[in-house]
Amino acid sequence: MNPESLSFIFLSAFLINNFVLALFLGLCPFVGVSAKRDTAFNMSLATAFVMFVSSTCSYGINLVLTSFDLEFLRLISYIALIASSVQLVEMVLKKFSPALFRALGIFLPLITTNCAILGVALFQTSRGYDFLQSVSFSLGAGAGFGLAIILMAGLREKLELSDLPNITQAAALSMMLAGILSLTFMGFAGLGTTA
Amino acid sequence: MAKANKKETPLTMDVFTTGIWKENPVFVMMLGLCPVLAVTNSVENSLAMGAASIFVLVCSNALISALRNFIPKQVRITTYIIIIATFVTLVDYIIQAISLDLYNKLGAFIQLIVVNCLILGRAEAYASKNSFTKTVISALGMGLGFTLALVMLGGVRELLGAGQLLGYQVFSTNFEPWVVMILPPGGFIVLGSWLLLINYIEERRAGKIIDENEESVHATATQN
Repeated sequence: MNPESLSFIFLSAFLINNFVLALFLGLCPFVGVSAKRDTAFNMSLATAFVMFVSSTCSYGINLVLTSFDLEFLRLISYIALIASSVQLVEMVLKKFSPALFRALGIFLPLITTNCAILGVALFQTSRGYDFLQSVSFSLGAGAGFGLAIILMAGLREKLELSDLPNITQAAALSMMLAGILSLTFMGFAGLGTTA
Repeated sequence: MAKANKKETPLTMDVFTTGIWKENPVFVMMLGLCPVLAVTNSVENSLAMGAASIFVLVCSNALISALRNFIPKQVRITTYIIIIATFVTLVDYIIQAISLDLYNKLGAFIQLIVVNCLILGRAEAYASKNSFTKTVISALGMGLGFTLALVMLGGVRELLGAGQLLGYQVFSTNFEPWVVMILPPGGFIVLGSWLLLINYIEERRAGKIIDENEESVHATATQN
């Protein structure tokens, strides 16, 4: 059992150890979908939802696996679980919000290979969080991912209008921006124990 | 699926070398960035991560290529993921057995190789369409390119962040380490700088005039 309080876990995943800017998880969508603010917002909602579903389910699966001594199957079952919850989100979106479904396009199935989601499941297992702590952790991680990607999208929208040298093509510029964002997030580093 | 062999291109050196430079997975295709930034705070970690990735990439792509005519199209992504996850579990236990110290340093990033888009991307784009030998050779090239990128990043970050290379002191003890290079922002900034440098070289090679302002800056820089 982990003695950390719920609010601390949330804040830690949200700001101090931000999943994108401090732990380098989920960089592909961070670079890929951060060109427009509203797409970035929708993407972060979808990701946060998948994170929440897969985190709660993986807590249950982990209990079952540990009781049968099958820990070596953990990785395979987590990834299968994430793939199926992405499928679920896809179906729900297609039914209730076709416009959003089209806007996200290829990036929706790619949530499966977003390492932030598998990261949440793996970290909560290795840190021994109980059920409520896992929920708080996944919510914090989802919010942190959203914060980072929306900030990034805002910055990139501003830069669209500025005059830049040719060699700073999309990726190089994004990396530099991310570096600066990450530097600012280091200001939160003293708030708690880093783990 | 059986028609995949129809337009098989001959096996050339290119199959191997494109992955290393021309289509370098990190610098050109921007795939698999998470481990690239997370574990490259020293050369040792970079090499270990590179070796683990090469193993998973080659083995999983070889198996997928061998089975490509048997995997139903509808469930192929799931099948690929399961195959990859199996090899990652293997690597995870192997590294744990070889060096527990290294395992603790790399942490969850060994297991996160599963979701490295490079491996799934190659499986989908290459292994599912090409013959066994070609897939293995191409996967080796890609893996080496990936490792090269990891080491390029790890080298710069370790040199500037700790004044060491592979644990050996390079600069004298008077050198004040740039701690920020080992911390997360350093990863982004070093990768960004490499990308800028590569873009610059490519521009020069293509013989384009970059920009009049840029040009004058470079001109003054060379004069000094």
